[in-house]
Amino acid sequence: MGNPMKIRAANKDGVTEVKVLVSHEMETGQRKDSAGAIVPAWFITELTAKHGDKVVLSSEFGPSVSKNPYLAFKFKGGAKGDKITVSWKDNKGDTRSDEAAIN
Amino acid sequence: MIRRLMKTLVGAAILAAFAGSVAAQDSKVADELAKYREALADGNPADLFEVKGEGLWLEKRGPKNASLEQCDLGQGPGKLEGAYAALPKYFKDTNKVMDVESRLVHCMVTLQGFTQAEVTKQWYSKPGKDSDIEALVTFVGAKSNGMKINVPATHPEEAKMAKMGEYIFYRRSGPQDFSCSICHGQDGKRIRLQDLGNLTTKAGAGEAMRTWPSYRVSQGTVWTMQRRLIDCMRQARWPEPNYLADSIIALETYLQKTATGTVMETPGIKR
Amino acid sequence: MNNQRRTVLKSGSGAALLGMLAAAGIITPGMALADWNKAAFDAKSMADTLKALGAGSPADSKDVQVTGPDIAENGAVVPVGVASSLLNVTMVAILIEKNPNALAASFVLPEGTEANVQTRVKMGQTSNIYALVKSDGKFFMATKEIKVTLGGCGG
Repeated sequence: MGNPMKIRAANKDGVTEVKVLVSHEMETGQRKDSAGAIVPAWFITELTAKHGDKVVLSSEFGPSVSKNPYLAFKFKGGAKGDKITVSWKDNKGDTRSDEAAIN
Repeated sequence: MIRRLMKTLVGAAILAAFAGSVAAQDSKVADELAKYREALADGNPADLFEVKGEGLWLEKRGPKNASLEQCDLGQGPGKLEGAYAALPKYFKDTNKVMDVESRLVHCMVTLQGFTQAEVTKQWYSKPGKDSDIEALVTFVGAKSNGMKINVPATHPEEAKMAKMGEYIFYRRSGPQDFSCSICHGQDGKRIRLQDLGNLTTKAGAGEAMRTWPSYRVSQGTVWTMQRRLIDCMRQARWPEPNYLADSIIALETYLQKTATGTVMETPGIKR
Repeated sequence: MNNQRRTVLKSGSGAALLGMLAAAGIITPGMALADWNKAAFDAKSMADTLKALGAGSPADSKDVQVTGPDIAENGAVVPVGVASSLLNVTMVAILIEKNPNALAASFVLPEGTEANVQTRVKMGQTSNIYALVKSDGKFFMATKEIKVTLGGCGG
């Protein structure tokens, strides 16, 4: 389930810029805990952004994307008030989806 | 004789050139680090903590099934604007000078019915275990963004805490005979690439205090001022004070008093 | 590991095998999903990663840019971006040469999405960062070195 994402989307001159912050541990699977045991890998594998029903970005992440991932991209089109949906799934099968309106 | 003079002159020129290039390199490094910090500022993961903190503030929780909306952080029940910037502060109901964290804990205990131990158990987050306090402090802190730090410490209890904080700041102690002022009492000092602010001046203390709470990229989480100061003690090889200890609140009072008048820019993002 | 794998392979197939691998903690359910390019993310070297991405040996291009600071104060969070003025860019990827696995992230860009993506990555040490771009079905690349400092105390 995870914590909510923070999605910002702004349209300027016909181009919408989307900035996403995701709350996720992004554990590499290479780190050891204080007892010396490997902390298992736990990271987002896929993240998709949609404008309405249309996919505007699909991403695949490895564990070297930073903790609490940040993503910024731009697409042509989009209008004030349109819905942007971002969803992710991680290697444990957890998923989350959040929405924001274009400013 | 002339040859010797020449040698000296050449030597001096080489030295000067070397010093020049080191200085140039230093400023280039500083520029690049500024670029790095700027790139992180837009999209500060602390924003995620702020959203979570707002949820925790509004959610009915604890044995009393109450929200924190009636919590008085010094500006009246539920008044959050500018509250962080004016803390620590003397509170009549507890007869104590409290900072944002001790006051939040007080509210969680009195309003929501949690025990102090429950609330402070996870006072900072560990990988996979988030801290509610970090989120709440980020949320409350952001409500002072753009406002001036305002801790004149005029109440006698506040003045006493500020004085005690100042005393701790200058007091050499621990196995290394360290004080805060050794690293933070002069201008233009740094450790490796990190500039060390002079916290004895309004400019230095202001620069340090205005961006807290702050997301620490090296830790992947938001640090509160309590955590910052307790960790300073650890780094100075002092015994670590307990969470919410008066010594920490005293230091905060001293630093906020020195920084008073500086405009807050929080949550910050740091190395 | 090899032995264990062989035993597992002998004793099951299909869904049962996947289940057993998952139970043994060798793979997690998400990793068993077909669409995530496991081969590319598991590859270690640059060459193997490019191969797994089907990119072969891409040509260097001035029309591809890697953006990022020259110096990162902390390797845990390094802001990097890929941009390109090439036409019909359908995919971009970020690779970090000296990380245990070179591939950090890849992005499929549908028509209308600009070839301009920024994210933040972890870097184990100072390394070259590569931006890979697929334009009109061909792969192009650009590189930039980012130095990672180990900070002092404080913050």
